[in-house]
Amino acid sequence: MTDAGGPANILWLQSGGCGGCTMSLLCAETQDLAGRLAGAGLRFLWHPALSEESGGEALALIEDCAEGRRPLDVLCVEGSLLRGPGGTGRFHLFSGTGVPTIDWVRRLAARARHVVAVGSCAAFGGITSGGINPTDACGLQYDGHQRGGLLGSGFRAGDGLPVVNVAGCPIHPEWVVLTLCLLASGQMAEGDLDNLGRPRFYADHLVHHGCPRNEYYEFKASAEKPSDLGCLMEHMGCKGTQAHADCNQRLWNGSGSCLRGGYSCINCTAPAFEDPGHPFHQTPKVAGIPIGLPSDMPKAWFVALAALSKSATPRRVRENATSDHPRVPPEQKGQK
Amino acid sequence: MTAGPRRLLVGPFNRVEGDLEVGLEVSGGRVVAARVNASLYRGFEQILMGRDPHDALVYVPRICGICSVSQSVAAAFALANAAGIAPPPNGRLAVNLIHACENVADHLTHFYLFFMPDFARDAYAGRPWHPRVAGRFKAVTGQAAGQVLPARARFLEIMGLMAGRWPHSLALQPGGTTRALLPAEPLRLGFMIAEFRAFLERVTFGDRLESVASIASLDELTAWRAKPGAADSDLGMFLAVADDLDLGALGRATDRFLSFGAYPAAAGGHLFARGLTDCETVEAMDPAAIAEDATHAWLVEGEGPLPPFAGVTAPLPDKEDAYTWCKAPRYANRVVETGALARQMVAGHPLVRELVSRQGGSVRARVLARLLEIALVVPAMEGWARALRPGEPYCDSVRLPDQADGIGLAEAARGSLGHWLRIHKGKLQNYQIIAPTTWNFSPRDRNGQPGALEQALVGAPVGDDEKTPLAVQHIVRSFDPCMVCTVH
Repeated sequence: MTDAGGPANILWLQSGGCGGCTMSLLCAETQDLAGRLAGAGLRFLWHPALSEESGGEALALIEDCAEGRRPLDVLCVEGSLLRGPGGTGRFHLFSGTGVPTIDWVRRLAARARHVVAVGSCAAFGGITSGGINPTDACGLQYDGHQRGGLLGSGFRAGDGLPVVNVAGCPIHPEWVVLTLCLLASGQMAEGDLDNLGRPRFYADHLVHHGCPRNEYYEFKASAEKPSDLGCLMEHMGCKGTQAHADCNQRLWNGSGSCLRGGYSCINCTAPAFEDPGHPFHQTPKVAGIPIGLPSDMPKAWFVALAALSKSATPRRVRENATSDHPRVPPEQKGQK
Repeated sequence: MTAGPRRLLVGPFNRVEGDLEVGLEVSGGRVVAARVNASLYRGFEQILMGRDPHDALVYVPRICGICSVSQSVAAAFALANAAGIAPPPNGRLAVNLIHACENVADHLTHFYLFFMPDFARDAYAGRPWHPRVAGRFKAVTGQAAGQVLPARARFLEIMGLMAGRWPHSLALQPGGTTRALLPAEPLRLGFMIAEFRAFLERVTFGDRLESVASIASLDELTAWRAKPGAADSDLGMFLAVADDLDLGALGRATDRFLSFGAYPAAAGGHLFARGLTDCETVEAMDPAAIAEDATHAWLVEGEGPLPPFAGVTAPLPDKEDAYTWCKAPRYANRVVETGALARQMVAGHPLVRELVSRQGGSVRARVLARLLEIALVVPAMEGWARALRPGEPYCDSVRLPDQADGIGLAEAARGSLGHWLRIHKGKLQNYQIIAPTTWNFSPRDRNGQPGALEQALVGAPVGDDEKTPLAVQHIVRSFDPCMVCTVH
């Protein structure tokens, strides 16, 4: 709700991204997405994929917000902010205006009560900032790990919060819906964000939590090729033990997650995930030991436990780990 | 006093995927020239340089959130082509199922969320069909969106089962897919497809999918529309609007159609054939006839149009005479149109052929071809699900060569998508992408030939007071453009 008691406006802009966060949002598992938002006192003032207004009609709405003639409650930005070439922002001129999208975003952010980065591109720069970063892409308030980004490290929205970073590539629909509802109802304070501005309700979990491959992890029974059932950490590049997200507890598209789909977590909620410094599908190792161990576990203990558990691995777990379906079923009690 | 043509700059175009701006010259109430500007550049082809070839599978789906799987499929095909392998039978079927799920969901999204809401506008308030269409298709508040979004989300649970999630899955690999279905899971897959079929038959078509897909002529279409349920279906409502507004006479482009072939078949070939057609004959498609011209793009030009393996992508933002970030791909130096209409023209759907032979490619033909394709593909998905062989592999191990070229050709919902990659010393030395909307929304080339949309817009009516002309919006959206793919 706004102070005046009417519904709170959401203005949603897209820049240097793929639109995949919007597509993911539309996968929200509800009979009525608009109704769920309306129930929280939210409505879309304009969304590039959903609204009727095109061209001049849309520009009039956006200009009204930028000038303060119309209150702007929530500014959602999807996609990274393109500062290039040479600081001009010309890699993305906002259509119909000849003005760089980064200039529109600066003006609008200064007016907004809440500013939400939807997805890792808007949060940190994301995929678009990968490699040589040809467009000088960054996030709203981060440039990779570095605070700053487009709006600067000191930026605060009207609500006093920094940019809320709903990181993920793409976002889980519920991360966005819940964040918007929490903001609209005044239930999100600075302490509800982690040190990267991500809502803690999903970022205080690890992808590892609820991973269906947990038994393979425990015994270090590892997958060796795509479609194998075993743990993907030792050889296949999986970062689930370090990645902050609840993907294996809050499932995707019904019953899915990356791990459930048979492939590694690439830590897509983290700054700079796009340049891990090694091929995504391989685990970098030193002397045969993965370098990316669980972040809060002493390395010596991990190595010792891994050696111990490997030697205790049941045949069932060892054989199933390198198969695409369970070949050996669990034993039944009393059976030999 | 003679007035020159009125100039209009139209943007932002919403309800298209990504960023689009169209410059129009209007004279005598008609568009006389159009220039299409894809206004966002990200530089994926530059970002991919020097990376491990497998990294393409992480990067390319993120070119586009709506064609994400199509991009993965094209990359997986290109890597498989470089390695000289093909997935096992279950892998091929699983790729088809995952890809079809995205394509059909995209067709649905386009029709209900992107295209039809324009007819709910107040500007059409006088038309006899308007009250019903407005109630059903009004953006955000229309009754159809409330039905379609949950049905679409349920259908995309196929992705949760077979690809982990959508968009941006890593399940699609050169050797097949990473997620083998376990015992009883093909049955779950069957439930998901069946539930979606029931939705389509109740809401979209008001008839069996097979009855819709097999409408073979305009006479049969007329007869179908008289069937109980048909007129009240969403397809029936669209056809009524199309008649009243004469959408069959709007938006004709080149009438030369390209398809890379959709959904590989067991015996080679595709469910929808690969080829080119000028409406009279279908000819074989030769990838060597494809070249990209950068004359009017803010990009470095080669000596002439470059074949994708030799393609260059380097920004040149101050270039004179450029007006877009989009290159101009041409087939044998000619402009072609791609998409569901092109796919069904090449595949030889008799109703689509008759529509085009009478009035050419049009807004009506493009939208109808898309809906017919939904009715064709969902039954094919049922067949692929039944053909999965329990216990057999979904994915082969693949060792990529240190030195190789690979081509991956696929059909996204909105048309032909090609990836051309070159591996040198185990790294990507070049990666060139030509997306469907790169074809359709390309700028003029060095011979001055306008792209397909630029041609389709000429002749569109523009009212004296219109700043964002409705006819222009219908034509633009009839292509189901994906601008994020276009420039990438």
